[in-house]
Amino acid sequence: MDSNTPKKQGGSLGESQSNRGASWAEKTFLAICYAALGLPLLLLVVLIVDVVIDGWPRLNWAFLTNYPSRKPEMAGILPALVGSAYLMLLTAAIAIPLGVGAAIYLEEYTRPSRITSLIELNISNLAGVPSIIYGLLGLELFVRAMQWGRSVVAGAATLALLLLPAVIMTAREALRTVPHSLREACYALGADRWQTIWRVVLPMSLPGILTGVILSLARAIGETAPLVMIGALTYVAFLPNSLKSPFTALPIQIFNWVSRPQAGFHTNAAAGIIVLLALMLALNGAAIWLRVRLQRRMDW
Amino acid sequence: MEPALKIPDKGSPKPELKRRPDGSDPADDPAAPQIKMFAKSLRAWFGPAEALRGITLPIRKNCVTAIIGPSGCGKSTFVRCLNRMHEVVPLARVEGEVYLDAENIYGPSINPIAVRKRIGMVFQKANPFPTMSIRQNVLAGLSLQGLRCRAPEELVENALRKAALWDEVKDILDRSGVSLSGGQQQRLCIARALALEPEVLLMDEPCSALDPIATAKIEDLIHELRESYTVVIVTHNMQQAARVADFTAFFYLGELIEYGKTETIFKTPQDPRTEAYITGRFG
Repeated sequence: MDSNTPKKQGGSLGESQSNRGASWAEKTFLAICYAALGLPLLLLVVLIVDVVIDGWPRLNWAFLTNYPSRKPEMAGILPALVGSAYLMLLTAAIAIPLGVGAAIYLEEYTRPSRITSLIELNISNLAGVPSIIYGLLGLELFVRAMQWGRSVVAGAATLALLLLPAVIMTAREALRTVPHSLREACYALGADRWQTIWRVVLPMSLPGILTGVILSLARAIGETAPLVMIGALTYVAFLPNSLKSPFTALPIQIFNWVSRPQAGFHTNAAAGIIVLLALMLALNGAAIWLRVRLQRRMDW
Repeated sequence: MEPALKIPDKGSPKPELKRRPDGSDPADDPAAPQIKMFAKSLRAWFGPAEALRGITLPIRKNCVTAIIGPSGCGKSTFVRCLNRMHEVVPLARVEGEVYLDAENIYGPSINPIAVRKRIGMVFQKANPFPTMSIRQNVLAGLSLQGLRCRAPEELVENALRKAALWDEVKDILDRSGVSLSGGQQQRLCIARALALEPEVLLMDEPCSALDPIATAKIEDLIHELRESYTVVIVTHNMQQAARVADFTAFFYLGELIEYGKTETIFKTPQDPRTEAYITGRFG
Protein backbone atom coordinates (compact mmCIF):
# COMPACT_ATOMS: atom_id res chain seq x y z
CA MET A 1 0.00 0.00 0.00
CA ASP A 2 2.76 2.38 1.01
CA SER A 3 4.67 1.57 -2.13
CA ASN A 4 2.14 3.00 -4.55
CA THR A 5 0.58 5.96 -2.78
CA PRO A 6 3.69 8.14 -2.83
CA LYS A 7 4.00 7.54 -6.55
CA LYS A 8 0.51 8.86 -7.16
CA GLN A 9 1.20 11.92 -5.04
CA GLY A 10 4.40 12.54 -6.93
CA GLY A 11 2.56 12.41 -10.23
CA SER A 12 -0.10 14.93 -9.32
CA LEU A 13 2.42 17.23 -7.68
CA GLY A 14 4.54 17.19 -10.81
CA GLU A 15 1.60 18.23 -12.94
CA SER A 16 0.57 21.14 -10.79
CA GLN A 17 4.15 22.33 -10.59
CA SER A 18 4.36 22.64 -14.34
CA ASN A 19 1.35 24.91 -14.03
CA ARG A 20 2.74 28.45 -14.54
CA GLY A 21 1.99 31.28 -12.23
CA ALA A 22 1.88 29.23 -9.03
CA SER A 23 1.99 31.59 -6.10
CA TRP A 24 4.89 31.87 -3.70
CA ALA A 25 2.87 30.18 -0.99
CA GLU A 26 2.03 27.30 -3.26
CA LYS A 27 5.67 26.84 -4.24
CA THR A 28 6.72 26.72 -0.60
CA PHE A 29 3.96 24.23 0.11
CA LEU A 30 5.11 22.10 -2.79
CA ALA A 31 8.67 22.16 -1.49
CA ILE A 32 7.48 20.97 1.90
CA CYS A 33 5.43 18.24 0.25
CA TYR A 34 8.44 17.06 -1.73
CA ALA A 35 10.55 17.03 1.41
CA ALA A 36 7.88 15.07 3.26
CA LEU A 37 7.83 12.60 0.43
CA GLY A 38 11.58 12.49 -0.16
CA LEU A 39 12.95 12.09 3.35
CA PRO A 40 11.19 8.85 4.25
CA LEU A 41 11.94 7.45 0.81
CA LEU A 42 15.61 8.35 1.20
CA LEU A 43 15.72 6.71 4.60
CA LEU A 44 14.12 3.60 3.18
CA VAL A 45 16.55 3.44 0.28
CA VAL A 46 19.53 3.82 2.61
CA LEU A 47 18.24 1.02 4.82
CA ILE A 48 17.61 -1.33 1.92
CA VAL A 49 20.93 -0.58 0.24
CA ASP A 50 22.76 -1.17 3.50
CA VAL A 51 21.04 -4.50 4.06
CA VAL A 52 21.62 -5.61 0.48
CA ILE A 53 25.33 -4.73 0.64
CA ASP A 54 25.68 -6.74 3.85
CA GLY A 55 23.56 -9.72 2.92
CA TRP A 56 23.76 -10.15 -0.85
CA PRO A 57 27.00 -12.17 -0.92
CA ARG A 58 25.53 -14.63 1.56
CA LEU A 59 22.41 -15.23 -0.50
CA ASN A 60 22.51 -18.52 -2.36
CA TRP A 61 20.54 -21.70 -2.79
CA ALA A 62 22.17 -23.39 0.19
CA PHE A 63 21.15 -20.50 2.42
CA LEU A 64 17.55 -21.11 1.48
CA THR A 65 17.66 -24.89 1.85
CA ASN A 66 19.92 -25.40 4.88
CA TYR A 67 18.90 -25.91 8.47
CA PRO A 68 20.29 -23.53 11.09
CA SER A 69 23.79 -24.33 12.31
CA ARG A 70 26.32 -23.25 14.88
CA LYS A 71 28.60 -22.23 12.05
CA PRO A 72 27.29 -19.09 10.34
CA GLU A 73 28.49 -20.11 6.88
CA MET A 74 26.58 -23.41 7.13
CA ALA A 75 23.38 -21.95 8.53
CA GLY A 76 20.23 -21.66 6.40
CA ILE A 77 16.68 -20.54 6.76
CA LEU A 78 14.71 -23.53 5.51
CA PRO A 79 12.74 -24.20 8.72
CA ALA A 80 12.00 -20.50 9.12
CA LEU A 81 10.86 -20.19 5.52
CA VAL A 82 8.64 -23.26 5.72
CA GLY A 83 7.40 -22.18 9.14
CA SER A 84 6.44 -18.75 7.81
CA ALA A 85 4.66 -20.24 4.82
CA TYR A 86 2.80 -22.70 7.05
CA LEU A 87 1.91 -19.87 9.40
CA MET A 88 0.63 -17.63 6.60
CA LEU A 89 -1.55 -20.36 5.12
CA LEU A 90 -3.12 -21.18 8.47
CA THR A 91 -3.52 -17.52 9.37
CA ALA A 92 -5.30 -16.85 6.09
CA ALA A 93 -7.51 -19.90 6.59
CA ILE A 94 -8.60 -18.57 9.98
CA ALA A 95 -8.69 -14.84 9.33
CA ILE A 96 -10.42 -14.75 5.93
CA PRO A 97 -13.67 -16.55 6.78
CA LEU A 98 -13.96 -14.84 10.16
CA GLY A 99 -13.06 -11.39 8.90
CA VAL A 100 -15.15 -11.46 5.73
CA GLY A 101 -18.05 -13.00 7.64
CA ALA A 102 -17.93 -10.26 10.25
CA ALA A 103 -17.71 -7.61 7.55
CA ILE A 104 -20.72 -9.04 5.71
CA TYR A 105 -22.68 -9.12 8.93
CA LEU A 106 -21.81 -5.55 9.84
CA GLU A 107 -22.28 -4.19 6.34
CA GLU A 108 -25.28 -6.13 5.07
CA TYR A 109 -27.27 -7.43 8.01
CA THR A 110 -27.12 -5.01 10.92
CA ARG A 111 -29.10 -1.87 11.00
CA PRO A 112 -27.49 1.14 12.65
CA SER A 113 -27.85 0.87 16.42
CA ARG A 114 -25.96 1.59 19.60
CA ILE A 115 -24.56 -1.93 19.75
CA THR A 116 -23.25 -1.94 16.19
CA SER A 117 -21.55 1.41 16.64
CA LEU A 118 -19.99 0.04 19.84
CA ILE A 119 -18.74 -2.96 17.88
CA GLU A 120 -17.37 -0.72 15.15
CA LEU A 121 -15.59 1.48 17.68
CA ASN A 122 -14.01 -1.58 19.25
CA ILE A 123 -12.85 -2.97 15.95
CA SER A 124 -11.07 0.23 15.02
CA ASN A 125 -9.54 0.34 18.50
CA LEU A 126 -8.37 -3.25 18.21
CA ALA A 127 -6.59 -2.37 14.98
CA GLY A 128 -4.39 -0.05 17.03
CA VAL A 129 -3.57 -2.42 19.87
CA PRO A 130 0.18 -3.28 20.03
CA SER A 131 0.88 -6.72 18.63
CA ILE A 132 2.60 -7.88 21.81
CA ILE A 133 -0.76 -7.67 23.57
CA TYR A 134 -2.14 -10.10 21.01
CA GLY A 135 0.86 -12.28 21.82
CA LEU A 136 -0.11 -12.27 25.51
CA LEU A 137 -3.69 -13.14 24.61
CA GLY A 138 -2.51 -15.94 22.34
CA LEU A 139 -0.24 -17.31 25.02
CA GLU A 140 -3.01 -17.41 27.59
CA LEU A 141 -5.83 -18.50 25.31
CA PHE A 142 -4.35 -20.78 22.67
CA VAL A 143 -1.15 -22.07 24.22
CA ARG A 144 -2.43 -22.57 27.75
CA ALA A 145 -6.23 -22.61 27.94
CA MET A 146 -6.79 -24.53 24.70
CA GLN A 147 -3.62 -26.53 25.33
CA TRP A 148 -2.38 -26.21 21.79
CA GLY A 149 1.14 -25.75 23.10
CA ARG A 150 3.78 -23.65 21.42
CA SER A 151 2.60 -24.83 18.03
CA VAL A 152 2.06 -23.57 14.51
CA VAL A 153 -1.69 -23.50 15.01
CA ALA A 154 -1.38 -21.40 18.16
CA GLY A 155 0.88 -18.98 16.30
CA ALA A 156 -1.49 -18.80 13.34
CA ALA A 157 -4.53 -18.24 15.56
CA THR A 158 -2.71 -15.43 17.34
CA LEU A 159 -1.70 -13.77 14.07
CA ALA A 160 -5.24 -14.23 12.75
CA LEU A 161 -6.57 -12.34 15.78
CA LEU A 162 -4.03 -9.63 15.10
CA LEU A 163 -5.17 -9.34 11.47
CA LEU A 164 -8.90 -9.56 12.06
CA PRO A 165 -9.58 -5.86 12.63
CA ALA A 166 -7.71 -4.88 9.48
CA VAL A 167 -9.36 -7.63 7.43
CA ILE A 168 -12.80 -6.65 8.70
CA MET A 169 -12.24 -3.00 7.93
CA THR A 170 -10.88 -3.49 4.42
CA ALA A 171 -13.58 -6.04 3.61
CA ARG A 172 -16.26 -3.60 4.77
CA GLU A 173 -14.67 -0.91 2.66
CA ALA A 174 -14.81 -3.23 -0.35
CA LEU A 175 -18.43 -4.21 0.31
CA ARG A 176 -19.36 -0.56 0.54
CA THR A 177 -18.04 0.14 -2.95
CA VAL A 178 -20.81 -2.01 -4.45
CA PRO A 179 -23.37 0.60 -5.52
CA HIS A 180 -26.66 0.54 -3.69
CA SER A 181 -28.45 0.60 -7.04
CA LEU A 182 -27.21 -2.93 -7.79
CA ARG A 183 -28.56 -4.30 -4.53
CA GLU A 184 -31.88 -2.65 -5.36
CA ALA A 185 -31.78 -4.21 -8.81
CA CYS A 186 -31.41 -7.60 -7.12
CA TYR A 187 -34.25 -7.06 -4.69
CA ALA A 188 -36.48 -5.79 -7.48
CA LEU A 189 -35.82 -9.04 -9.36
CA GLY A 190 -37.15 -11.00 -6.43
CA ALA A 191 -33.81 -12.01 -4.94
CA ASP A 192 -33.49 -12.21 -1.17
CA ARG A 193 -30.59 -10.84 0.81
CA TRP A 194 -28.64 -14.08 0.80
CA GLN A 195 -28.85 -14.40 -3.00
CA THR A 196 -27.97 -10.75 -3.43
CA ILE A 197 -24.86 -11.09 -1.28
CA TRP A 198 -23.64 -14.32 -2.86
CA ARG A 199 -24.31 -13.62 -6.49
CA VAL A 200 -23.77 -9.89 -6.82
CA VAL A 201 -22.20 -8.16 -3.82
CA LEU A 202 -19.42 -10.65 -3.05
CA PRO A 203 -18.29 -11.21 -6.66
CA MET A 204 -18.08 -7.46 -7.14
CA SER A 205 -16.20 -6.73 -3.94
CA LEU A 206 -13.85 -9.69 -4.31
CA PRO A 207 -10.91 -7.68 -5.71
CA GLY A 208 -11.05 -5.26 -2.81
CA ILE A 209 -11.43 -7.98 -0.21
CA LEU A 210 -8.58 -10.03 -1.66
CA THR A 211 -6.15 -7.13 -1.83
CA GLY A 212 -7.00 -6.17 1.72
CA VAL A 213 -6.41 -9.70 2.94
CA ILE A 214 -3.12 -10.07 1.08
CA LEU A 215 -1.83 -6.74 2.36
CA SER A 216 -2.73 -7.76 5.91
CA LEU A 217 -0.90 -11.05 5.43
CA ALA A 218 2.13 -9.16 4.15
CA ARG A 219 2.09 -7.28 7.40
CA ALA A 220 1.70 -10.45 9.45
CA ILE A 221 4.64 -12.17 7.81
CA GLY A 222 6.95 -9.64 9.44
CA GLU A 223 5.36 -9.79 12.88
CA THR A 224 7.81 -10.91 15.56
CA ALA A 225 6.54 -9.83 18.94
CA PRO A 226 3.42 -12.02 19.24
CA LEU A 227 5.33 -15.06 18.02
CA VAL A 228 8.13 -14.52 20.53
CA MET A 229 5.46 -14.13 23.16
CA ILE A 230 3.75 -17.44 22.45
CA GLY A 231 7.14 -19.11 22.27
CA ALA A 232 8.12 -19.81 18.73
CA LEU A 233 11.49 -21.57 18.87
CA THR A 234 14.65 -19.81 17.84
CA TYR A 235 16.64 -22.87 16.85
CA VAL A 236 14.73 -25.45 14.83
CA ALA A 237 16.40 -28.29 13.02
CA PHE A 238 13.24 -29.81 11.56
CA LEU A 239 10.26 -28.79 9.48
CA PRO A 240 6.82 -28.40 11.02
CA ASN A 241 4.85 -31.50 10.05
CA SER A 242 1.57 -31.07 11.85
CA LEU A 243 -0.66 -28.38 13.29
CA LYS A 244 0.74 -28.99 16.74
CA SER A 245 4.41 -29.11 15.87
CA PRO A 246 6.78 -26.44 17.18
CA PHE A 247 7.98 -23.95 14.64
CA THR A 248 10.02 -20.91 13.89
CA ALA A 249 9.42 -18.06 11.45
CA LEU A 250 11.60 -15.76 9.38
CA PRO A 251 11.50 -12.69 11.64
CA ILE A 252 12.31 -14.86 14.66
CA GLN A 253 15.26 -16.44 12.90
CA ILE A 254 16.52 -12.99 11.93
CA PHE A 255 16.02 -11.72 15.45
CA ASN A 256 17.98 -14.68 16.77
CA TRP A 257 20.90 -14.13 14.39
CA VAL A 258 21.11 -10.42 15.07
CA SER A 259 21.48 -11.08 18.78
CA ARG A 260 24.48 -13.39 18.26
CA PRO A 261 27.94 -11.90 18.76
CA GLN A 262 29.63 -13.38 15.66
CA ALA A 263 29.76 -11.17 12.58
CA GLY A 264 28.91 -14.13 10.33
CA PHE A 265 25.46 -14.36 11.86
CA HIS A 266 24.91 -10.66 11.26
CA THR A 267 25.53 -11.27 7.58
CA ASN A 268 23.05 -14.13 7.78
CA ALA A 269 20.51 -11.78 9.36
CA ALA A 270 20.95 -9.30 6.52
CA ALA A 271 20.42 -12.06 3.98
CA GLY A 272 17.36 -13.22 5.88
CA ILE A 273 16.00 -9.69 5.79
CA ILE A 274 16.42 -9.62 2.02
CA VAL A 275 14.40 -12.83 1.75
CA LEU A 276 11.71 -11.43 4.04
CA LEU A 277 11.52 -8.18 2.08
CA ALA A 278 11.31 -10.10 -1.17
CA LEU A 279 8.42 -12.14 0.22
CA MET A 280 6.55 -9.04 1.33
CA LEU A 281 7.12 -7.38 -2.02
CA ALA A 282 5.88 -10.48 -3.77
CA LEU A 283 2.72 -10.48 -1.66
CA ASN A 284 2.12 -6.77 -2.28
CA GLY A 285 2.75 -7.28 -5.97
CA ALA A 286 0.29 -10.16 -6.01
CA ALA A 287 -2.30 -7.91 -4.37
CA ILE A 288 -1.88 -5.20 -7.01
CA TRP A 289 -1.90 -7.73 -9.84
CA LEU A 290 -5.08 -9.35 -8.54
CA ARG A 291 -6.83 -6.03 -8.14
CA VAL A 292 -5.99 -4.88 -11.65
CA ARG A 293 -6.88 -8.24 -13.18
CA LEU A 294 -10.19 -8.62 -11.41
CA GLN A 295 -11.22 -5.03 -11.87
CA ARG A 296 -10.60 -5.07 -15.59
CA ARG A 297 -13.33 -7.68 -15.80
CA MET A 298 -15.87 -5.16 -14.55
CA ASP A 299 -15.34 -1.49 -15.10
CA TRP A 300 -18.48 0.29 -14.16
CA MET B 1 -60.55 -10.93 -0.03
CA GLU B 2 -63.43 -8.59 -0.62
CA PRO B 3 -63.18 -6.48 -3.73
CA ALA B 4 -61.70 -3.42 -2.15
CA LEU B 5 -61.39 -1.75 -5.46
CA LYS B 6 -64.27 0.65 -5.61
CA ILE B 7 -63.37 2.63 -2.56
CA PRO B 8 -63.37 6.37 -3.11
CA ASP B 9 -61.87 6.46 0.32
CA LYS B 10 -64.23 7.35 3.09
CA GLY B 11 -62.00 5.86 5.74
CA SER B 12 -58.97 8.03 5.24
CA PRO B 13 -59.24 11.62 6.41
CA LYS B 14 -56.61 13.13 4.16
CA PRO B 15 -56.86 13.69 0.43
CA GLU B 16 -59.96 13.02 -1.58
CA LEU B 17 -59.66 12.43 -5.26
CA LYS B 18 -60.72 15.42 -7.18
CA ARG B 19 -64.04 14.79 -8.82
CA ARG B 20 -64.46 15.31 -12.50
CA PRO B 21 -66.78 18.15 -13.50
CA ASP B 22 -69.77 15.83 -13.77
CA GLY B 23 -69.15 14.68 -10.24
CA SER B 24 -67.99 11.19 -11.15
CA ASP B 25 -64.79 9.72 -9.99
CA PRO B 26 -62.72 8.42 -12.88
CA ALA B 27 -62.55 5.17 -10.96
CA ASP B 28 -66.31 4.83 -11.24
CA ASP B 29 -66.35 5.05 -15.01
CA PRO B 30 -67.70 1.70 -16.22
CA ALA B 31 -65.96 2.12 -19.55
CA ALA B 32 -62.62 2.58 -17.82
CA PRO B 33 -60.28 -0.40 -18.00
CA GLN B 34 -60.17 -2.89 -15.19
CA ILE B 35 -58.17 -2.02 -12.10
CA LYS B 36 -54.94 -4.00 -11.71
CA MET B 37 -53.58 -2.40 -8.55
CA PHE B 38 -55.15 -0.19 -5.96
CA ALA B 39 -53.37 1.82 -3.28
CA LYS B 40 -55.59 2.62 -0.33
CA SER B 41 -54.65 5.24 2.27
CA LEU B 42 -51.01 4.50 1.66
CA ARG B 43 -48.64 6.31 3.99
CA ALA B 44 -44.85 6.01 4.01
CA TRP B 45 -42.05 7.36 6.15
CA PHE B 46 -38.29 7.74 6.02
CA GLY B 47 -37.48 7.73 9.72
CA PRO B 48 -39.56 10.57 11.12
CA ALA B 49 -40.21 12.25 7.75
CA GLU B 50 -43.54 11.40 6.20
CA ALA B 51 -43.07 10.99 2.47
CA LEU B 52 -46.57 9.84 1.56
CA ARG B 53 -49.57 11.22 3.39
CA GLY B 54 -52.33 8.82 2.53
CA ILE B 55 -52.48 8.04 -1.16
CA THR B 56 -55.51 6.37 -2.69
CA LEU B 57 -54.99 5.62 -6.34
CA PRO B 58 -56.05 2.97 -8.86
CA ILE B 59 -53.63 1.53 -11.41
CA ARG B 60 -55.50 0.30 -14.47
CA LYS B 61 -54.78 -2.89 -16.32
CA ASN B 62 -52.94 -2.65 -19.66
CA CYS B 63 -52.68 1.09 -19.26
CA VAL B 64 -49.80 3.42 -18.64
CA THR B 65 -50.23 5.45 -15.48
CA ALA B 66 -47.88 8.40 -15.12
CA ILE B 67 -47.01 9.89 -11.75
CA ILE B 68 -45.91 13.50 -12.06
CA GLY B 69 -44.97 16.15 -9.55
CA PRO B 70 -42.05 18.28 -8.38
CA SER B 71 -38.97 16.71 -6.78
CA GLY B 72 -39.59 15.43 -3.29
CA CYS B 73 -43.31 15.03 -3.78
CA GLY B 74 -43.17 11.31 -3.02
CA LYS B 75 -43.72 9.95 -6.50
CA SER B 76 -40.68 7.65 -6.38
CA THR B 77 -41.60 6.56 -2.88
CA PHE B 78 -45.07 5.72 -4.13
CA VAL B 79 -43.93 3.36 -6.87
CA ARG B 80 -41.40 1.81 -4.50
CA CYS B 81 -44.28 1.05 -2.17
CA LEU B 82 -46.09 -0.73 -5.00
CA ASN B 83 -43.56 -3.58 -5.04
CA ARG B 84 -42.48 -3.34 -1.42
CA MET B 85 -39.10 -1.86 -2.28
CA HIS B 86 -39.60 1.09 0.06
CA GLU B 87 -38.98 -1.04 3.12
CA VAL B 88 -35.53 -2.08 1.82
CA VAL B 89 -34.22 1.32 2.93
CA PRO B 90 -33.20 1.41 6.62
CA LEU B 91 -35.75 3.12 8.90
CA ALA B 92 -38.34 3.26 6.13
CA ARG B 93 -41.91 2.36 7.08
CA VAL B 94 -45.20 1.87 5.27
CA GLU B 95 -48.83 1.93 6.40
CA GLY B 96 -51.97 1.30 4.42
CA GLU B 97 -52.94 -1.20 1.78
CA VAL B 98 -51.96 -1.91 -1.78
CA TYR B 99 -54.04 -4.41 -3.70
CA LEU B 100 -52.67 -6.44 -6.56
CA ASP B 101 -55.78 -7.89 -8.17
CA ALA B 102 -57.77 -8.64 -5.00
CA GLU B 103 -54.84 -9.34 -2.70
CA ASN B 104 -53.33 -6.86 -0.24
CA ILE B 105 -49.56 -7.05 -0.83
CA TYR B 106 -49.02 -5.62 2.65
CA GLY B 107 -51.08 -8.42 4.15
CA PRO B 108 -49.50 -10.41 6.97
CA SER B 109 -49.05 -13.63 5.01
CA ILE B 110 -47.48 -11.98 1.97
CA ASN B 111 -43.85 -12.58 1.11
CA PRO B 112 -42.40 -9.36 -0.37
CA ILE B 113 -40.10 -11.42 -2.57
CA ALA B 114 -43.09 -13.10 -4.21
CA VAL B 115 -44.60 -9.66 -4.79
CA ARG B 116 -41.46 -8.39 -6.49
CA LYS B 117 -41.48 -11.33 -8.87
CA ARG B 118 -44.92 -10.28 -10.08
CA ILE B 119 -44.14 -6.58 -10.22
CA GLY B 120 -41.00 -5.68 -12.16
CA MET B 121 -39.11 -2.46 -11.67
CA VAL B 122 -36.81 -0.26 -13.75
CA PHE B 123 -34.76 2.39 -12.01
CA GLN B 124 -33.75 5.94 -12.76
CA LYS B 125 -30.15 4.99 -13.43
CA ALA B 126 -29.60 1.93 -15.58
CA ASN B 127 -28.10 -0.70 -13.32
CA PRO B 128 -27.05 -3.80 -15.25
CA PHE B 129 -24.82 -6.13 -13.24
CA PRO B 130 -21.21 -5.28 -14.16
CA THR B 131 -19.94 -8.79 -13.50
CA MET B 132 -22.41 -10.32 -15.95
CA SER B 133 -22.66 -10.49 -19.73
CA ILE B 134 -25.69 -9.18 -21.60
CA ARG B 135 -27.15 -12.69 -21.72
CA GLN B 136 -26.50 -13.27 -18.03
CA ASN B 137 -28.07 -9.92 -17.21
CA VAL B 138 -31.29 -10.90 -18.95
CA LEU B 139 -31.31 -14.21 -17.09
CA ALA B 140 -30.26 -12.59 -13.81
CA GLY B 141 -33.75 -12.71 -12.33
CA LEU B 142 -33.69 -16.49 -12.63
CA SER B 143 -30.04 -17.10 -11.80
CA LEU B 144 -30.14 -14.90 -8.71
CA GLN B 145 -32.86 -17.12 -7.33
CA GLY B 146 -30.88 -20.18 -8.35
CA LEU B 147 -33.51 -21.26 -10.87
CA ARG B 148 -32.64 -23.11 -14.06
CA CYS B 149 -34.29 -22.14 -17.28
CA ARG B 150 -35.28 -24.80 -19.79
CA ALA B 151 -34.78 -22.73 -22.92
CA PRO B 152 -32.53 -19.85 -21.91
CA GLU B 153 -31.70 -18.77 -25.48
CA GLU B 154 -35.38 -18.40 -26.30
CA LEU B 155 -36.07 -16.50 -23.10
CA VAL B 156 -33.15 -14.13 -23.75
CA GLU B 157 -34.27 -13.46 -27.31
CA ASN B 158 -37.90 -12.93 -26.31
CA ALA B 159 -37.08 -10.54 -23.50
CA LEU B 160 -34.61 -8.58 -25.60
CA ARG B 161 -37.11 -8.38 -28.46
CA LYS B 162 -39.80 -7.08 -26.14
CA ALA B 163 -37.34 -4.49 -24.90
CA ALA B 164 -36.54 -3.53 -28.53
CA LEU B 165 -32.88 -4.33 -27.99
CA TRP B 166 -32.47 -7.67 -29.74
CA ASP B 167 -31.32 -6.35 -33.13
CA GLU B 168 -28.64 -4.20 -31.53
CA VAL B 169 -27.13 -6.86 -29.28
CA LYS B 170 -27.87 -10.25 -30.86
CA ASP B 171 -24.25 -10.66 -31.95
CA ILE B 172 -22.62 -9.46 -28.76
CA LEU B 173 -24.61 -11.31 -26.11
CA ASP B 174 -21.43 -12.34 -24.32
CA ARG B 175 -20.13 -8.82 -23.89
CA SER B 176 -20.40 -7.15 -20.52
CA GLY B 177 -23.73 -5.47 -19.83
CA VAL B 178 -21.98 -2.23 -18.93
CA SER B 179 -20.30 -2.02 -22.35
CA LEU B 180 -23.58 -0.80 -23.87
CA SER B 181 -24.65 2.83 -24.20
CA GLY B 182 -26.82 4.40 -21.52
CA GLY B 183 -30.06 3.96 -23.47
CA GLN B 184 -29.20 0.37 -24.35
CA GLN B 185 -28.35 -0.35 -20.73
CA GLN B 186 -31.74 0.97 -19.69
CA ARG B 187 -33.46 -1.26 -22.24
CA LEU B 188 -31.33 -4.16 -21.03
CA CYS B 189 -32.70 -3.47 -17.55
CA ILE B 190 -36.22 -3.49 -18.98
CA ALA B 191 -35.48 -6.82 -20.68
CA ARG B 192 -34.13 -8.14 -17.39
CA ALA B 193 -37.37 -7.18 -15.67
CA LEU B 194 -39.54 -8.59 -18.49
CA ALA B 195 -37.70 -11.93 -18.49
CA LEU B 196 -39.45 -12.72 -15.21
CA GLU B 197 -42.84 -12.23 -16.92
CA PRO B 198 -44.16 -9.68 -14.44
CA GLU B 199 -47.75 -8.47 -14.50
CA VAL B 200 -46.93 -4.88 -13.69
CA LEU B 201 -43.87 -2.88 -14.68
CA LEU B 202 -42.84 0.06 -12.51
CA MET B 203 -40.52 2.62 -14.09
CA ASP B 204 -38.91 5.21 -11.85
CA GLU B 205 -37.85 8.07 -14.14
CA PRO B 206 -36.44 5.63 -16.68
CA CYS B 207 -35.35 8.31 -19.13
CA SER B 208 -33.99 11.03 -16.88
CA ALA B 209 -30.39 10.06 -17.64
CA LEU B 210 -30.89 9.55 -21.38
CA ASP B 211 -30.59 11.71 -24.48
CA PRO B 212 -33.71 12.53 -26.55
CA ILE B 213 -33.17 9.74 -29.09
CA ALA B 214 -32.76 7.06 -26.45
CA THR B 215 -35.74 8.58 -24.63
CA ALA B 216 -37.89 8.35 -27.77
CA LYS B 217 -36.98 4.67 -28.13
CA ILE B 218 -37.99 3.93 -24.57
CA GLU B 219 -41.22 5.84 -24.97
CA ASP B 220 -42.09 3.83 -28.09
CA LEU B 221 -41.30 0.75 -26.11
CA ILE B 222 -43.63 1.77 -23.29
CA HIS B 223 -46.41 2.14 -25.84
CA GLU B 224 -45.88 -1.45 -26.96
CA LEU B 225 -45.47 -2.83 -23.46
CA ARG B 226 -48.95 -1.60 -22.62
CA GLU B 227 -50.36 -4.39 -24.77
CA SER B 228 -49.24 -7.08 -22.37
CA TYR B 229 -48.32 -5.30 -19.16
CA THR B 230 -49.63 -2.71 -16.77
CA VAL B 231 -47.14 0.13 -16.62
CA VAL B 232 -46.58 2.78 -13.96
CA ILE B 233 -44.07 5.46 -14.87
CA VAL B 234 -42.67 8.21 -12.68
CA THR B 235 -41.49 11.21 -14.61
CA HIS B 236 -40.86 14.86 -14.11
CA ASN B 237 -41.00 15.43 -17.80
CA MET B 238 -44.59 16.50 -18.44
CA GLN B 239 -44.33 16.11 -22.21
CA GLN B 240 -43.33 12.55 -21.57
CA ALA B 241 -46.35 11.95 -19.36
CA ALA B 242 -48.57 13.49 -22.02
CA ARG B 243 -47.00 11.30 -24.73
CA VAL B 244 -47.02 7.91 -23.04
CA ALA B 245 -49.64 7.85 -20.32
CA ASP B 246 -53.33 6.95 -20.42
CA PHE B 247 -53.85 8.14 -16.88
CA THR B 248 -51.92 10.72 -14.93
CA ALA B 249 -51.66 11.39 -11.21
CA PHE B 250 -50.24 14.62 -9.85
CA PHE B 251 -48.45 14.39 -6.50
CA TYR B 252 -47.49 17.33 -4.38
CA LEU B 253 -45.81 17.24 -0.94
CA GLY B 254 -46.68 13.61 -0.40
CA GLU B 255 -50.33 13.98 -1.33
CA LEU B 256 -52.27 13.00 -4.40
CA ILE B 257 -53.68 16.25 -5.72
CA GLU B 258 -55.37 15.07 -8.85
CA TYR B 259 -55.86 11.92 -10.89
CA GLY B 260 -57.59 11.33 -14.17
CA LYS B 261 -57.27 10.66 -17.87
CA THR B 262 -54.06 12.21 -19.10
CA GLU B 263 -55.93 14.40 -21.57
CA THR B 264 -58.19 15.82 -18.91
CA ILE B 265 -55.38 16.45 -16.46
CA PHE B 266 -53.41 18.38 -19.03
CA LYS B 267 -56.30 20.21 -20.69
CA THR B 268 -58.68 20.92 -17.85
CA PRO B 269 -56.95 20.44 -14.51
CA GLN B 270 -59.29 20.93 -11.57
CA ASP B 271 -56.82 21.95 -8.91
CA PRO B 272 -54.93 25.25 -9.18
CA ARG B 273 -51.74 23.50 -8.03
CA THR B 274 -51.97 20.98 -10.87
CA GLU B 275 -52.51 23.78 -13.31
CA ALA B 276 -49.60 25.74 -11.92
CA TYR B 277 -47.33 22.71 -12.18
CA ILE B 278 -48.23 21.64 -15.70
CA THR B 279 -47.99 25.17 -16.99
CA GLY B 280 -44.51 25.31 -15.53
CA ARG B 281 -45.08 27.87 -12.83
CA PHE B 282 -43.35 25.76 -10.20
CA GLY B 283 -41.52 22.50 -9.74
